This record gives sequence, structure tokens and C-alpha cells, in this order.
Amino acid sequence: MSRGTSYRLANGGAIDRSRPLSFSFDGHDYTGFAGDTLASALLANGVRLVARSFKYHRPRGILSAGSEEPNALVELRAGARREPNTRATTAELYDGLDALSQNRWPSLAFDILAVNSLASPIFVAGFYYKTFMWPAAFWEKLYEPMIRRAAGLGRAADAPDPDTYEKVTAFCDVLVVGGGPAGLTAARAAARSGARVVLADESFALGGRLLAERRTIDQMSGVEWCSSMTNELAAYDNVRLLPRTTVFGAYDSGTYGAVERVSDHVAVPPDGTPRQRLWRIVAKRTIVTAGATERPIVFGNNDRPGVMLAGAVRTYINRFGVAPGRRTVVFANNDDGCATIADLAAAGIDVAALVDTRSATPRHIADLAARLGVRAINGVITDVEGRHGVKRARIRTTDGASLVVDCDLVAVSGGWNPNIQMTTHLNGKPRWNDAISAFTPGDLPKGMSVAGAAAGEFSLTACLAQGTRAGAAAAAATGFDAEPIDVPTTGDEHVAISAFWHVEGSRHKALVDFQNDVTAADVALAEREGFRSVEHLKRYTTLGMATDQGRTANVNALAILAKLTGKSIPETGMTTARPPFTPVALGAFAGHHRGHDFKPSRLPPSYDWTREQGGILVETGLWMRPAYFPRAGERDWLDTVKREVETVRRKVGICDVSTLGKIDVQGPDSIALIERLYMNGMTTLKVGRARYGVMLREDGMVMDDGTVARLGEHHYFITTTTANAAKVYQHMQLARQWLWPELDVELASATEQWAQYAVAGPRSRDLLSSIVDPVFDIRDATFPYLAAAELTCCGGVKARLYRLSFSGELAYEIAVPARYGDALWRRLVDDAHALGGCAYGSEALGVMRIEKGHVSGPELNGTTTPSDIGLGSMASKKKDYIGRVLGGRLGLTDAERPTLVGFKPLDRAKRLRAGAHFIARNAEATAANDEGYMTSAAFSPSLGHWIGLGLLRRGPQRLGEVVRAFDPLRNEDNLVEVVSPVFIDPEGARLRA
Amino acid sequence: MRLACPCCGERSLDEFTFLGDASVTRPDPSADDAAGAFHAYAYLRRNAAGPSDELWFHNTGCHAWLVVTRDTRTHEILGVRLAQDVALARTGNRKDVRETSA
Repeated sequence: MSRGTSYRLANGGAIDRSRPLSFSFDGHDYTGFAGDTLASALLANGVRLVARSFKYHRPRGILSAGSEEPNALVELRAGARREPNTRATTAELYDGLDALSQNRWPSLAFDILAVNSLASPIFVAGFYYKTFMWPAAFWEKLYEPMIRRAAGLGRAADAPDPDTYEKVTAFCDVLVVGGGPAGLTAARAAARSGARVVLADESFALGGRLLAERRTIDQMSGVEWCSSMTNELAAYDNVRLLPRTTVFGAYDSGTYGAVERVSDHVAVPPDGTPRQRLWRIVAKRTIVTAGATERPIVFGNNDRPGVMLAGAVRTYINRFGVAPGRRTVVFANNDDGCATIADLAAAGIDVAALVDTRSATPRHIADLAARLGVRAINGVITDVEGRHGVKRARIRTTDGASLVVDCDLVAVSGGWNPNIQMTTHLNGKPRWNDAISAFTPGDLPKGMSVAGAAAGEFSLTACLAQGTRAGAAAAAATGFDAEPIDVPTTGDEHVAISAFWHVEGSRHKALVDFQNDVTAADVALAEREGFRSVEHLKRYTTLGMATDQGRTANVNALAILAKLTGKSIPETGMTTARPPFTPVALGAFAGHHRGHDFKPSRLPPSYDWTREQGGILVETGLWMRPAYFPRAGERDWLDTVKREVETVRRKVGICDVSTLGKIDVQGPDSIALIERLYMNGMTTLKVGRARYGVMLREDGMVMDDGTVARLGEHHYFITTTTANAAKVYQHMQLARQWLWPELDVELASATEQWAQYAVAGPRSRDLLSSIVDPVFDIRDATFPYLAAAELTCCGGVKARLYRLSFSGELAYEIAVPARYGDALWRRLVDDAHALGGCAYGSEALGVMRIEKGHVSGPELNGTTTPSDIGLGSMASKKKDYIGRVLGGRLGLTDAERPTLVGFKPLDRAKRLRAGAHFIARNAEATAANDEGYMTSAAFSPSLGHWIGLGLLRRGPQRLGEVVRAFDPLRNEDNLVEVVSPVFIDPEGARLRA
Repeated sequence: MRLACPCCGERSLDEFTFLGDASVTRPDPSADDAAGAFHAYAYLRRNAAGPSDELWFHNTGCHAWLVVTRDTRTHEILGVRLAQDVALARTGNRKDVRETSA
């Protein structure tokens, strides 16, 4: 096929010949028109070889004119916008479009890996499973790299996608899936009733097959009728038309997923416009008018460029004004052959023969063929010849004669499969319909109806009538009275079919699944090897598992399998279709949720100051917490953290602890609820005091720890760990609403309402005395350890002060309404500096809690009991609480359980790491000898060496013993001494100072 | 999937958090067989194929715990009630259960 030869018909087609568009394919420049797809423009330029197949690298052309295309997959665009496996049949042409063929080397016409065809015994059905049988080393080193190189489709872009995507939710009364004749009439009937209608269609123009056929409706041409319908629908306020939009999945409760290709038809999306938009459409009623997909007939070399579905041939002629070939053989098992020869003849394309599989050609077809001078043959095409494009067809007539007919185009029709995918996504089982030799929808999900070709009604008259009826019925079901609408009228047509699937006896490959290179022989091999159920056939041969979901393959494969097993097609069954109907880019699902915006960020009140100071932030859940604040001259994070810890221990430091979960509890039964949630007693907690508390899960494991402050007679304020804030709040709500609904108590999350700062160190009281308003006495005698008060600070700002310590030093936490958070933080920083203090981050906080032996996330890991972490004695014996009963189980009270202790490296210069496992000093490092593991480790500035906390079997009884801290992941093996977990101030003198 | 919250109306699934079976009730911790009863309460589930009562939390809505009756075979929502009302009705404290049916 020489380039530059025009296959564009002199006239016709819904293309705009006044708007030529230039594009390139494999580096060659071509011209098409607005309204073309890449496929139609390539055909118009005489390009027929467009791809190489997946496994065998067979030359491939264009099979279809729609989203079912298995062959013509290309890489569209270049660089960061490169998009592999784009169907040329749906890619709308734009000026400057740049596409490459894929899966070939060095060139499309000469592809070295076509030798795979010779090595095809390796690649037959089940080849993955069979090659796995060989030695593992062979697989990793030889076969897998070879197969990956040889089999595969396009290359993904290797740079981040520069375009944006967005997500939107829409609600409607009636969703119409597909804008062909049935969809347009359905949408109109529903729209006229006033119902809110959404009509989505894959293509850029509404009309479906009407754009591809020469039909007359209400005295208008099909194309004119479509545009008049589109205009009417576009004029309604209650209708949203979504062209270029594929409804790809049906989900529960009338929810549908759809992807709109907003800017795929331009080179670069205009500013502020997304590339694609993901729609979640919630519909009270849905009408599936998704049309039907033509299927090929399986014969020798039926995948050669130039073998094309007959419906696609008509589409290229009628919609795009393109001759897909010069001389045609039409091959059909149904009455569609009639329209095909008529359209070919009308376009001036030679029809060498009409081969009808039926023993007797229907009279109306025979008459037409005679009138057009087309030779009508009853028989089959056994093979075609011509490697890079069809040159001739070999025909076997019903009475046994063989003949060869020269041609460059074979228009094949094996009948039509209704597009029933939406009806099966929610488990609907399709039903076989003998009259049309295809599956039709079975039981439908609630709220769904099907009309037109999707329901198996292939005549235009039936489509128009069913669509109108379905639209009115759907509107009525949602409460809108539809006025009766006259069904548009059109001429008669013939749609008879006689099932025919596979021409046996060719010595060439006869393709069933074009995209995954599954042949009729593969289906037979699978059957011989025992894979006789459709689900097994699918997985063993990969049939139907490509990006086209086997839309042109599945029914043919079933039919071949059915014949081999001697069963009927309905007995053989059908595999399940799942969303998405056509591939959807992950970018569309992600929308704006990319990179840092994948989840929202929560910013603590000291965030702005931290950024100004060049402080380092760490993500803790959604929070961006200050981790440490480096100063000039500090070499690394450890230098900074050391300085921050030392400053707190010697002077004073301030730390933003606003991220702690905060829950306000009020009501007469507050204490009753709190007592059931915490394992330790809270009844004795007086107003103006706070207490540490531990919550368990019902299974007896520690859930969370925190503080309970009693601010009034029936008013408590609870803090949780940062990580568990949401979980604890839900748990408390469950206890209040579900477990003990009779309690008179209310809960409110107040995490974001209060900015809260820890003020820690020997000078913390001095610092706070300049912050807290002077009328409030915070001296030790009146405001001792574990005091809590509502007061004011900074000249009348409402505040809460708690004397709590995580660091082990004299310490407080001061809280103000969040809007004062930034101002109070800056004031605290300034005043702290004046006292020789500094701000410290979560790293220093973590070091100090390890020095003090306080448990945190690594110890509260969901597998520890209170006794495991040294808190067993806190549990109340006087009350019931969540986790008490199951916490008493034998396994959880076993004295052998690993229990919290501290660790020091025997060689003080060694670094300890969390995750190391403890092994007795002289024991072998095996899982059987495992005695626990290090949960936390830090460099202690106060001690001058690394320290650790960990869970060691009978730990508290082994103080002074030396064990191995064995870490095979990091290849470390240190001797560590077992010590008390409290490294600093075990008497607690500092925090009571 | 969509759930009709009795407080907020019909909302999308992503506003809700699933907990589990609502047919189990917390046993009496002072009963003689409390250990066995709590074991069943914490671990044993019917996992019925058909209508099931489940606890859901309206996380980004009203913070109500809900008892959702869902057919596990079809995901059809047969009813949504406030968990507090269901719990009160069970203990005989109140009968006017607020409900929306899907």
C-alpha cells in the first residue's frame, strides 16, 4: 500500500472538508479532516498496517470503528503526555496529532519479533503456567525477560502527567447510556416530561449507528434526524448532554461511573480545563441504550489488515467518506450483507463477491446482488492471503467447490452482540437468544431498563419505538407525566441471521481474540487439556482478558467451545463482565488527589511560624507536625534534637501538641460513661484535676492512652493520642449511642477548636507566669502536679491550663481557642528565648518520652495488654470496663509474655534500632528463640548514648541481664543490658517541682 | 452505594464508616459465663447471605451510629435506623424508632 494514495471518497460523510487537519503516524505526515478519527484518517491515506499483535507480532490493521477495537492500538502523543494502547478508532483527530505504532522493532513493516509466530508452540494457551514448570532460575533470568520484551503493548509515559483531571457528582431522574436512535428517543421522551435527564455517549457526535448507515427517519436523513434530536435535547434546561463520555460501570444504589474526555480531542488542554472528568452519576432510573457490537467470523488469517467488520466498512464509507479498500469480498451469516453491498456499490467500491454462509441466500439479498452485479456465493471464506494486507480470499462453496477471488478488503459480519455489560456489572446473568444468536440482558438491577439493540432489537423501527417507550416509562416512574410521543417512522429492514462461527480446516492461524492473540486452536487445546468451563478457558488462554474485554471475541469462543464439548451455548455459559467497560486512566480516578494533595493536610497552629523558621515538618496521619527546628551551625537532625532536649531539661521548651485528639464530655452521666471506657478508676477525680487514663479494646488489648481533666461537676475534657483521635471518638460515640444509650451524656470533638502547647522544663512556671493573667495563682502549692483549670492569659484570652508532663520535667499544657494559637505560640517563643529556652518538635518530644519510659504508638500497637507495657496495676478491680472480661483470658495474663523494659547497649558507642529482636545471649538466632523486640530507640542526650524500650519475655525479672538485640534486616547484632524503662528521674521529683 | 441517614438524608458511601454486625449485643459482664459470652460477642459472626443488620458511623455527617439493614447478596439497603433508637427499643426504653427506608 503506497502512502499518499487517497482513499477519501469524493463526497459524503459527516466530516468537515473545509477544515483539513495535519497529523503524523510513525513519523510520516498525513492530512485528515475535522470529524475524522485517527483510524478513518489513516484509512483515507491508505495506511492499513497500523499495529503488531500482542504475542505473535502479527501485522494488524483496523477491524472496527468503535471502542471494541482490538487491533489498532497506538501510542498517542509524546513525552509526558504519551498514552499507550489508545484505540485509533475512537481517537478524535486534531491538528498536530502525533501517534506511533507500538509493539514492533525496528519498524512496523519489518518486525523482528514476528519470529514469535514461528516459536508459537511456546506461546500457546496456558504458556504462562507451562513455562512456570521449568526451573525457577530459567524463569527469572531467561523466560520472563524474553516474554516481557516480546509480549506486551505500549509504553506508559515515563514523566508525571502534566494535565489535570477532575471528579464530579451528578444527580438525575433518568440516565440514558448511549446516544443512538433508542437513546435519543428515550432521552427526548423523558426530557419532555420535565424529568432531569443525563445522556452520555462515547462518541463526539450523537447518533450511534445512524451516523454510519444510510437511513431515513420522518423524511429526514439519519444524520439530519440526529442533529435535529440533538438540538431539541440541547435546548432543554433539564437535560445534560455528555458526548465524549463513556459510562463504564454500574454500581450499587443507581450509581454509575462515567469518564468524559474533555480535552482528548485537542493537543493540549486549554488553561483551566481538565484532560478528563470522572462523573459519578446517581440516577433514579437508567435506560441502557448502548447498542450492539458486531462480531467477526473465525477463519484462516482473519486478522490480516483489510479484514474488517462489515458495520465498520459502512461506518467508514457513510460517516467518514472513506473507502476502506478498492475491491471487496463481503462475508456474512446474516442479512447485514445486504446493506453492506448496497453501501459499497453506492460509494463506487468494487464488490467482487458476497459470500453468505447460509445454504440459501434470502430472496431480497439475491435480488439486490443481481441488480448490483455482485456475484452471490453460498459458502465460506477459508483463508485470506497477503501478509501486510489482504490480496485475495479463498472461498469454499456450499457444494464443495474452491475458488480464489482477488480483493483488498474483506467485510465480515458474524452477527451482532447486544452491549449488555451495564446489565451484568451487578451480577445480572445474561440470557441466550436463539433468534439473534446472541446474549441479551437477563434480570436487571433495580431502576434499570434496556432498549434498542442493547436489548436485542436490531431493527431501527424497534429501536425508535422501544426508546420512546422506555423514556416515557422511566420518567413516569420518577413522578413525571410523559405526554404521548409519536414514534418516528422509518423503512423496513431485514435482520435475519443463521448462527455461524468458525470456518474449520484452514492451516493458518484463525484468531478468536485478536488483542490477546488467542486462536481457535488455543481454544481447542484448552478443551483437550480439560479447561472446559468458560471461566477456566478464559484464565487458561487469557481470552477476553485484554483491554477490549473480548467484545469481539467472547461469544465466538463460547460457540467454538460449545461445539467441542457437545453442549449448547447457554449450557456453556458466559464469563462475567466487570467495570470498566473501556479502559479508564488512573489519573481520572485520582482527579485532584495527586502528590501532596492525595489527602488533605491538617496544619497545627504553629505551622506558619515553623515554615518561617525553616523548621522541619513530619507527616503524622494528615497532620503536618513540626519535627525539629534546626539552627545555623547544627550539622544534622541529631545535633538539633540534642540541643532541644538539653534546653528542655535545663531551661524550658515549648512544643505544639494541638494534634492530640480532644473530646468534650458533658452531662450528668459523663462519669458513668468515662468509667466504662477507661480501665483505671476515674470516679475519685475531683473538679480541677486531671488524670492519666488507659482505654482498652473489648478484646483486652490497649487501644489508646491520654488524659481526663474534670473541668466541672458534669464536664470532662479528654485527650487522645494524635494517631487515634478519630478512632477513639468513634469508639466513645458507639459506647454512648449503642452500648449504653440510656446514659445522659453528650460528646463533641474539639481537636481543632483548641490550640494546645506543652511548656516543659525547670523554668516552665517562670515562663507561664508572664503568660497567665496575674489573678490566677499557678504556684506549686495552689496548682500542683495534675491540676487543671479554666483561666485567662495574655490579658483576658480564655485559656485552659493543665499541669501534665510527657517529658518528665516540671511541665504544663496551655490551651487557647484555635484562633489565638498563632499569636500565643509567637508570644511563648519570644518569652522562652528570654529565659534561654526554645521551641522543640516531635523528635525531641519522642526522645524525652523514651528517656522517661512513657509508652507511645510503637508500644500501643494493638498487640499489647496493659501488663505488657507495665500498666497492669492501674486496672481497677472495682468496676466493669470495656476490655476487662476478655483481658482476663489465660493467654493475656500469661507471666511469660514479653513485657516493657529498657535497654542500654553494652558497648555505649553502638546505635540501637527499633525492630531488633531479643535473643538470649548464648542462644542461636532462630524464631524459636525469639524473646521479644525493641519497640522504640533514641539517642539520649541526657545519658550520652543510645537507649531503647522493648518488650522482653519476663522483662522486669531480668534487669541486669545481657541479651542479644538481633536485627537481620539491617544486619546488626548488639549485646544490650536489660534495665528499668525509666532512664531519667525514676522518683518523679522533677515533675512535682 | 448510598445510605439514607435518618438525620441527613441519602448520602454517598464515602461519608460512612463500617463497623460490623449489629445483631450481637454486649453480654452481662457480671454473669457466670461472661468469659464465654464475651468471646462470642467479640469474635463469632453469622456472616449471613441475605438481609443483615450492620453498624455504620456517619463519619463526615452527623456522627450518628446507624443500624443499616443490607442484603449482603445484592447490596440492597432495606432500611436505616439510628443505632441509639434501636438500642433503646431493645431494652424497652423507647418505641418510637426513627427510620428511613431506602
